[in-house]
Amino acid sequence: MDLKELYRDVILDHNRHPRNFGPLEGANHQAEGNNPLCGDRLILTVRLNGERIEDIRFEGRGCAISTASASLMTEAVKGRDRASARQLFDKMHALLTQPDGAPDPSLGKLAALSGVREFPARVKCASLCWHTLNAALASEQAATVSTE
Amino acid sequence: MAANLSLKATPPLDVEAVRRDFPILATKVHGYPLVYLDSAASSQRALPVLRAVQEYETHSHANVHRGVHALSQAATAAFEGARERVRRFINAASVKEIIFVRGTTEGINLVAQAYARPRFRAGDEILITGLEHHANIVPWQMVCEQTGASLRVAPINRRGEVPFDEFLSRLGPRTRLVAFAHVSNALGTVLPVKRMVEAAHAHGAVVLIDGAQAVPHAHVDVRALGADFYTFSGHKMYAPTGIGVLYGRQELLAAMPPWQGGGDMILTVSFEKTTYNELPAKFEAGTPNISGAVGLAAAMDYLERLGIDAVAAHEQRLLELATAELARLPDIELIGTAAHKAAVLSFTMKGVHAHDLGTILDAEGVAVRTGHHCAMPVMTFFGLPATARASFGCYNTEEDVKALVSALRRARGVFA
Repeated sequence: MDLKELYRDVILDHNRHPRNFGPLEGANHQAEGNNPLCGDRLILTVRLNGERIEDIRFEGRGCAISTASASLMTEAVKGRDRASARQLFDKMHALLTQPDGAPDPSLGKLAALSGVREFPARVKCASLCWHTLNAALASEQAATVSTE
Repeated sequence: MAANLSLKATPPLDVEAVRRDFPILATKVHGYPLVYLDSAASSQRALPVLRAVQEYETHSHANVHRGVHALSQAATAAFEGARERVRRFINAASVKEIIFVRGTTEGINLVAQAYARPRFRAGDEILITGLEHHANIVPWQMVCEQTGASLRVAPINRRGEVPFDEFLSRLGPRTRLVAFAHVSNALGTVLPVKRMVEAAHAHGAVVLIDGAQAVPHAHVDVRALGADFYTFSGHKMYAPTGIGVLYGRQELLAAMPPWQGGGDMILTVSFEKTTYNELPAKFEAGTPNISGAVGLAAAMDYLERLGIDAVAAHEQRLLELATAELARLPDIELIGTAAHKAAVLSFTMKGVHAHDLGTILDAEGVAVRTGHHCAMPVMTFFGLPATARASFGCYNTEEDVKALVSALRRARGVFA
């Protein structure tokens, strides 16, 4: 088992210095994600302008995988429209759960999370933020999701 | 457990011989020898336990208490023999006080629903402590919702102890029931249960002790403790999952209504009126976990053959060694530093989440528990989302402690 595949430099960097961390002023969409098994908790705040994700930030506490995944996700979806963010969700889902194959090139930096699939116990850590994003984008108000 | 140590009288445990009784310990994990430090979650099974279960299933199985045929009698003898074994193990007065349940969780729920629920009213109080497992919190919250009683909590301090004066000050004329762990699963704290029982009794309250983390590590004498109810699980004491024990004082059990209805718990059934069976059958509706009870009895034989004092002394030595070794590592903080502890070591590493620690340790074959240990209020008290927890059993060695330390150094390296 190669830990370097899991804890790549990009992931360690985003864990140490999470991007888009903290509350978002003027957010109009929000969702909370919980992983009760871990005690991980994530709050996503989003400002949607029409269909476009104008800004997105996250707060909470989690492991390196969950923190880095949320940080990378906020970078990746900012500026996209809802439909495009959902496409990205599907590609991430495939990346985290399918046994092998090269990552979709359109995933960019998100492909750094491909090592997670060798660690089945940690897939939920990486996917929590994406499920939370889905909930935030689907709802008009606040929503809560759980990975258990 | 410190209170029960009699080091000088105890011949040391032959750990290599013990390890040969646990074939799973020969497993390789990711190419490394398994270092199993998760016995507080579930211990491994000893060969004599596995053999007893196999022997029963192979040669003696039928339903119990039902048939006149030879196998039914053999099964009944095995099952009731296990009950007598349990009675001796915890020194209960009668086998009528030994109820087989699925585990500690079911034992607590049985008392909550069959003792507390029919009796308690608004204004009554149930007292627990701040270090309880969810299984000793939620069943009481459910009873409070059902009856209007209220739940009170004796807080813990930063060492993870329940200060006795804090406990005392929450006892009062409204306290009907007091429930606490004998040993904390998340922190390792050994509670002064005898004193706590005496104080609760002085206020007229009934006491339930969650003994899940105590029975594998200490002599438990329910009569010496004065416990009204004492409950524990087989799988934390080298027996199979799905079997556990609720001990209850006969007078209390006799006055309680049945919990679940079904076969075995009745004397007569008609559509107009059913009469209930005697203890302990009254609380054992349905076909029980017969082979589990047989395995539990074998585990008790096994533990007594090793000598519980010898096991406890061995585990205390490992706890002291591991505590000292971890204290020398940079950035490790021990969570739970009570004066009296069982061999449970909860800790955090600065800047590294417990789950990352768990994965990195696992990559070297070191199995620890990570998370909230089903004790979220404990985590909240310490302001932590999770800890890593190493727990020791009769088969652990100094080499296991060294492997833990080495894996922790590696984790520090990954997150340098």
